Amino acid sequence: MSGGDGLYLPGASPIHRLAPQAKLVALVAFTFAVVATEREAVWAFGVYAAVLLALFALARVPALWVASRSLIEAPFLLLAVAFPFLAGGQTVSWGPLELSLDGLWAGWNLVAKATLGVWAALLLAATTPVADLLAGLSRLRCPEILLQITAFAIRYAHLTAAEVAQMRRARLARCDDPRFLWQAGALARSLGTVFIRSYERGERVWQAMAARGYIGRLPIEVSPRSASLSQWGAAMAAPALAAGLAAWTAVGA
Amino acid sequence: MSDQALHIPNGIIGIPTSLVFALIAALIVGACIVAARRGLDDRLVPLAGLATAFIFAAQMLNFPVAAGVSGHLLGGALAAALLGPALGVLCVTVVIAVQALLFADGGVTALGLNVINMAVISTFVAWAVIVLALKVLPSTRFGVTVAVFAGSVVSVVAASAGFLVQFAIGGEPIGQSLGSVTAAILGTHVLIGIGEGVITAAAVTAVALTRPDLVRALRGARIADPESRLAEERA
Repeated sequence: MSGGDGLYLPGASPIHRLAPQAKLVALVAFTFAVVATEREAVWAFGVYAAVLLALFALARVPALWVASRSLIEAPFLLLAVAFPFLAGGQTVSWGPLELSLDGLWAGWNLVAKATLGVWAALLLAATTPVADLLAGLSRLRCPEILLQITAFAIRYAHLTAAEVAQMRRARLARCDDPRFLWQAGALARSLGTVFIRSYERGERVWQAMAARGYIGRLPIEVSPRSASLSQWGAAMAAPALAAGLAAWTAVGA
Repeated sequence: MSDQALHIPNGIIGIPTSLVFALIAALIVGACIVAARRGLDDRLVPLAGLATAFIFAAQMLNFPVAAGVSGHLLGGALAAALLGPALGVLCVTVVIAVQALLFADGGVTALGLNVINMAVISTFVAWAVIVLALKVLPSTRFGVTVAVFAGSVVSVVAASAGFLVQFAIGGEPIGQSLGSVTAAILGTHVLIGIGEGVITAAAVTAVALTRPDLVRALRGARIADPESRLAEERA
């Protein structure tokens, strides 16, 4: 977790310009289609990956960036690598190793679906600023109260994180030597202090808002742009393709 | 590595189960919005927003667990002890949604599953355990520490048990018996829970000693600990 900016990479590609609500719906539809695909249809996952990589290229997202951000699922990749050794059933020998066939399929299933899901989410995060994302969610009738809380949280996440870093620096300056488990106590106590400061700041922010006429909802009605039919069409092209493939594999299997 | 241990990615739980749990999650979060609004009224947005920012910051604190492995808080028990169950669920839900949409952490199809496990189960279980334990234990520094520690451990294990239930209902076949999966997951999460418990208990105790009114789980009780109060005044 690195602050409240998300992973946005500024740009002006067609994907950056798409309406956020269309991109959100496309992400959800695409991910569901990927998960619904039969795991034996290896070629379908190849097509999904090719589509996503083409879209990354179109959005001018560097491949290295995608690779490094994909590390977030590393624990699950380890798990997937373990499956062929742990699972039972029919086995195939590969060199000196006896690998379980079920385990191989299970590992492949997890790797393929988790990776494609992460890539699709990264594409959205890289091409959509946080404010646009919230506007898109609002167009999709996400409860306004949750979005307002999210907006506040993201706005103040930087400040709170900076406060944590500042306290750590202050501790270091006073000859604290944070190492291994012994630092847990000091860490936890500074966390307590940060909570008190955050809560008190929340009360001050509320008072300032109340003084400016806040009565539980924001006084300005900011209605986000609606998306045109062509925008929806462009955004839904990839998920439609994926859904078609998923249906194909389901019927074929 | 414990940080991602509970974020279910895409492709582990099947779609029908995911959708059913997403619906349940939406209903519970909706109920929590109503409950939190009743308690806070128009202060809800700024206070919940800042509390969520705090949970973000808490998760950013990495501490080494063993060689090469560092962990961070999941935050469910911390949110429950400090904010109460309704507001706690809201804050952790926002954190999980932001992680899925902005950081690709946790699958989009598994959002409902993750919210149920990490926000709903973990927060409500932690709250129940802490409140019950505080009824039995004396309201001293020791009592609060033990109650919060127990609540954190139980909440992390309960969240992983939530995953196991979902996995038993609609998991993709992985060629392993449910028993071995259960043993592996519960075993690691007891360890994660102990780490979580140590940090959460120390953090909540630190708040309880200075501002007991901000610890929702104490419900207005004061902590009898004259020694530390004196030390604070001197500082």
